[in-house]
Order: sequence, then C-alpha cells, then structure tokens
Amino acid sequence: MAMFSQNPVLNGPNYSFAEVPKDAVDGLREHRFNPYTDNGGSTLAIAGADFAIMAGDTRLTSGYSINTRYAPKVFKIGGTTSSQDDANLLLSVVGYAADGEALQERLDAICKMYRYRHGKPMSVSACAKRLSTIMYQKRFFPYYVYAILGGLDEDGRGAVYSYDPVGSFEREQCRAGGAAASLIMPFLDNQVNFKNQYVPGTGVGHELKERERLPLPRNEVEVLVKDAFDSAVERHIEVGDGLQIMIITKDGIEEKVLPLKRD
Amino acid sequence: MFRNNYDNDSVTFSPQGRIFQVEYAAEAVKQGSVVVGLTSKTHAVLCAIKRNAEELSSYQKKLFAVDEHVGLAIAGLTSDARVLSNFMKQQCLSERLTYDRAMPLELLVSLIGDKAQLNTQHYGRRPYGVGLLVAGVDETGPHLFEFQPSGLTQEMLACAIGARSQMARTYLEKNLDQFAACGRDELIHHGLRALKETLVQDRELTLENTSVGVVGLKELGKKALEPFKVHDGPDVKDWINSVADEAEAETSAEGGEGEGEGGEGMQVDE
Amino acid sequence: MDHRPQAWGRPRDDVYGAYDASYLQANGPNQHTQSPIVTGTSVVAMKFKDGVVMAADNLASYGSLARFTDVKRIRTFADTSIIGFGGDVSDMQYLDRHLTELGIDEAYQSEAGHTLNARNLHKYLSNLLYNRRSKFDPLWNHLLVAGLDEESRPFLAAADLLGTTFTSPSLATGFGGMLAQPIMRRYVPDEAAVAGVSRDQAVEVIRECMKVLFYRDARSLDSYSLAIVTKDGVELRENEKLEQQSWAFADRIKGYGTQTV
Repeated sequence: MAMFSQNPVLNGPNYSFAEVPKDAVDGLREHRFNPYTDNGGSTLAIAGADFAIMAGDTRLTSGYSINTRYAPKVFKIGGTTSSQDDANLLLSVVGYAADGEALQERLDAICKMYRYRHGKPMSVSACAKRLSTIMYQKRFFPYYVYAILGGLDEDGRGAVYSYDPVGSFEREQCRAGGAAASLIMPFLDNQVNFKNQYVPGTGVGHELKERERLPLPRNEVEVLVKDAFDSAVERHIEVGDGLQIMIITKDGIEEKVLPLKRD
Repeated sequence: MFRNNYDNDSVTFSPQGRIFQVEYAAEAVKQGSVVVGLTSKTHAVLCAIKRNAEELSSYQKKLFAVDEHVGLAIAGLTSDARVLSNFMKQQCLSERLTYDRAMPLELLVSLIGDKAQLNTQHYGRRPYGVGLLVAGVDETGPHLFEFQPSGLTQEMLACAIGARSQMARTYLEKNLDQFAACGRDELIHHGLRALKETLVQDRELTLENTSVGVVGLKELGKKALEPFKVHDGPDVKDWINSVADEAEAETSAEGGEGEGEGGEGMQVDE
Repeated sequence: MDHRPQAWGRPRDDVYGAYDASYLQANGPNQHTQSPIVTGTSVVAMKFKDGVVMAADNLASYGSLARFTDVKRIRTFADTSIIGFGGDVSDMQYLDRHLTELGIDEAYQSEAGHTLNARNLHKYLSNLLYNRRSKFDPLWNHLLVAGLDEESRPFLAAADLLGTTFTSPSLATGFGGMLAQPIMRRYVPDEAAVAGVSRDQAVEVIRECMKVLFYRDARSLDSYSLAIVTKDGVELRENEKLEQQSWAFADRIKGYGTQTV
C-alpha cells in the first residue's frame, strides 16, 4: 500500500492550521475523496448613498500555486444578454471557485427567467432572499462560498447583502469576504462605520460622543477599496495580481481592473 | 355532427392518407392575425399585426423574445405559443449553461418540430394550434424558420403566416431579390409593406396594432450581435410613417384621387 | 504542495494527518474512485499569436512503476480543438470515448456545420467534471483544453476533478505547475504578451519545458506528444523525442542515496 500513502508531510509552518494531528489517531478513521478546495482570494463590498461598489482580487490559487492571475470574482447578474449590458445586480463569490461559478450561473439563470416571465428585472431584495433560499437548499452539501450581493434598492440607495455558505444573510453597509476578510473587515469597521472614532473634547469615558456615521462619497470609497486590497496583498499570500472593481449607480455598472502586486 | 369519421383523433389516417386533426390545427393558424418574417445578409426581421378582441381590451402579444439571439412571431392560439416559447427559452438557457454558446437556430427549431410531431402520433393528444416564425442569428448568420402544427419546420428567406397572409407572400415573392442586400431599416420597411398588403381596405398600420422584432449582426462578417428586440408603440412610429408616406406618394403619382376609400370596405379580418 | 495525481483531491496530510489507506480493501460495497491508479503526469500548454501549443509525455505510471510507455495523452476534437489529460488514465479513456460520441452527435445534428469550439468544449467538460464530483464519483483528471474561440482568438483553459476552471496565457498540470509554468510565464506574463510570441518560439519554449520536466519529474518520459492548434487545424505529432539533453548538472547534486555530502 506504499503507493497510496506517499504524500510527504510538510514539517514547515502551515498557514492557518497550526494544530493538526501528525500521526494516525487510534479508532475509526475515514479518508475519502474531498469534494472541496479553497481557491483563495478576497472580496469586498461597500454601499453608498446612491451607489454600491464591489471588488475582488483576480488571483486564483491552489495550495501555494497560482493557477491564474486573472479569474474574476465579481459578476454582473440578471441582464438579458450574455454581455450583461443591462444587468442590475452584482454578485461576488469567493472560496471554492467551482461552487462559486455554479452558484453565479444558477442565480443568473433564475434572474433571466424572472425577467422573461415578469418583463422587468428582479429587485435586489427579492434576489437577496432567493439567493439565500438557493444556498440553504444545499444546506447538507453546501456551496463552499462566501457570497455578497449588491445593487440599488427601491429607493435608489446602495444595497449590500452578505451571506455565509449555508444561506444566512443580512443587509449591511459594508462587508469583506474570503481569505483576507479578517484583515480587511476591521479596517472597514473603522473607516466606513467609524468604529472607535470619537469626537475630540466631548468628554471622557462613556461621555465621549461617537463620530456621526454618514455615507461616504464615491471617490473616497474607491480609494478605500484600493487601500484595503493593497494592505491585504502585503500580508496574505493568496491575494494579489489584479483588482476588479464594479460600481453600480442609476446609470448602470462601471467596471475597472487595476493592477495589484503579483508576488 | 361529425364532418367525417376520420377526424376524432390525430392518430388515424383517412383513406385518402390525411390526418384531419392536423389539418384543422393548420386552419387555426390561418385564423390568427398575420405575421411576416424576412432576412437579409445581416438581419432577420419579424413584423406582426396585433388584434384586440374588443375596443376596451388590450392588444394580444404577437412577438416573443426567446433569447438574446432568437425571437418568434406567432399566428394561432397564443396559449399554445406560450408553451412553445417557454420551452425554447429553457432550451436556450440550458445550451448556454452546458456549452456556453448561443443555441444554433437549426437545432432549436428541430427541437420544437420533434415536440409537435409527437402530438400527431399519440392517442389523446392535440396538435399545437399555432404556427411560428422563428427569427434569429447564430454562428452561421441570420436565419428565418417556419414552424407548422404538423411538426413541419423549414428554413425560409421570407415568409408570412396567418389570416390573409397570401397577399404578404405575394409581395415577398415579388421583391425577394432585394432582401439579401437590405440594411436594417430597409428590411423592416419591406416587412411592413408586406404586412400592409394584407390589410383590408380601411385598415391602416397604427402604433397600437403593429409590432416589429429585429435581430441582426452589427456588421457583416463580425460576430457582434444586435440582440433581438420587440418594438411596439412609439418605437415603430417612424417605420410606419415611412410606409404610409410611400403609399401616399404612389397613389398620387398614379394620378388616382386617393378618395375611393368611401366606407364599403369589407370587414373580413379583425 | 504535492503535485502528483495521487494527491489530487485528497485531504492534505499537513492539515488532516497522514493518509490512512486501510479502507482500500478488495471486497465490500461498491466504491467510487477514491484515488487514481494508472496515471499520466504533467500537461503543458501556451498560447502564441495565432494559436496554442500543447505537450504531454507518453508515459502512464502505476505508482512509481513506469507501466505503459506509449500512451498518447493529447487528443483532438472536431479537428479544431485539442485536449490534454493529466491524472487517471482509465478516466481519460472514458472521457475519450465520451468525446468521440459527442463529436459524432454534434456532426450529425447540424447540416449547417455548427461545431463546438474550444470554449464550448471546455465548458462542457468542466460541467461534466463538476457534476461527477458533486456525485462523489470524480473523474480523476486535470484537463487542458486548447483551440480557438468564437472570434478565432487563441483559447486555452483548464478544468480539474473538482470542476475548478481557469484560463491563462500559459497553463500546466501537476508538476508542470511548479516547473514549467515559471518558464512559460517569462514569455507570456499576460494576455497582451501573447501577440508577441511566434509559433516557432512557442514550440521552442514548450520543448524546453518538457526537457526540464524530464530532468526533474521522476514520473516522466523523454518521448512525448506535441500538438499545435491554429485556424488551419490541428497538427499533432505523437512520437517526439527530447533532444540535446544535458545531464551535466547531475553530478553536482549531492545528498541523495548512499552519498554523503
């Protein structure tokens, strides 16, 4: 059976799994085909007063290898054509890329059928609930992805909905997902939701007044997104290569791809 | 009450080798208001006359967008057409999901052809009471297909089905040579001219009763697509006007009084 | 990372502990493929300005045994696309039969001459692989699909046993990912660079990659298949030999076997 157990044990540091059993444990143990993998990468979404911005890096990894430097994670959803020129929603998926693509295609097909049947595009809130249902239906064999849905709500305000792999969701002002979520999210808490920011001279201790939370203007948000990713790239090996940004406003969706460090 | 003994179901031949139920279904197509389809080297166009059952009701839809590259026009039972349209929509979506390509027209039409044929060979089934014109663009360029309740499908350069469609076909046959080289608007113009031929005397093409569907290549030899779009109401105004102006010019040029439209026009259709 | 096919899709040893092969018994209930048996190693491919070059050696290994030395791992589809197979050879042969059938069906279905192009083919195969993994019955392969897309531009994409797909100006499976990719990326770092690479250059680079792989991958062979796909069709040469090898570097390598440094 030697040929079946020849994987070298890497003794160096493992990235986030510090404590792992190095020897076979006594008792029943089962090894089988693992249908999941982690393709790394990170995503980020911020809702503004009249826009929503979605971003993701374009690196796709497997282990320590870079499979490709350009694999988009942010998708336009719900257009009538394959070019998605008239799309009204954005979806970002990060985690297991194959599940991400399957989820994206399924949601898009559903939005297209909705348009065909109702003669109008699906609203973000409707699509948000539908996406949750799709993911929850696969509760016992989940899509291994962290999804974020973005668009403009009925009042024209930016909307961001974030999901866990089994479909729990919530509307938020901003959210980071994927490999570098834990690096980016605290930065967003501070810079978007002004956490731990107080108005100077308003008192001490509990007397301190929190800085008032106002939606950020678009140009500031774009800078914030770029900064967040530049920092994540420095500290996380699975993030880098390119930064794909999509901005949805009442005039449609703008897309741009900026370079990130490729090391 | 029966007209004959061989039309109770669609699986029995008459001694003359006819299947009456299928022929009756073809009659249903002739009851529907007229639709015209025609193709050039770059475009495929569908034109239709919509009917309203009464003054107070809305106009019945005649054109359906199936996918970005395909649309169809119907003559006959609208509800049957919707079943076929939904089926085609599903097939096109699934073709994109499995192969990431636009469904080839020939394939799509053969799918509904097979579906309709089944109804003519199973006891207790009813043939579709609708005829279709399927227009679209695929890898090999623009196409127009005709579909009949019998399951017959054939590719056409130009075609018209529905009530009084013979008049339109005559126009199409007469002008067939011009179509291939036509630009987008020229082709629509021909489509509306053909449509106009079918109208009874005091009827006109109006913003309310005319539908135009267009799909094509943005440029000959390139793959860029002008997606199928149905134009209704104000969108068709300019096209209708151009057809009307022309007709006026013709009648005055022929020295006619343009007056004889008195009021005794026969009300056959609508 | 361990890049041998045996390790693909497995729980990682460094994360989940050493692999326990005790479940591999001859009798018992029906089992799906849990590991590949006879395997092919790397496939490498890169785009050039009018097409794609691909290569894979002709070896099928049984563990560490070089079992079959004349197994062709690149096949053509509809004379317009090529597919390179890494991983399990029996699954490759299954896919081969499946693709032959698909090709015949497609050809019969359409009088107008619609054929699946490389993009369509890649989409189909990746769906196939993804659906099989979702049934816990994977096809243990890593595929490269090459040809031209609907706009007649070079197309190159990969799909693996988990259904993961990606495209890049150069691609390699298995050990090629570690050894050949860095070489190819020197010539085609991004999509824009493809236009500056000629056919001869690309072939040269691919041959160089095959040589490096033969030097360093113990499951490789010096006889290989080389395919070039352009708008004029596919040129597939199945009995190429590595030329101008130099093992001069070998005696400078110390620290293996009974050697002491």
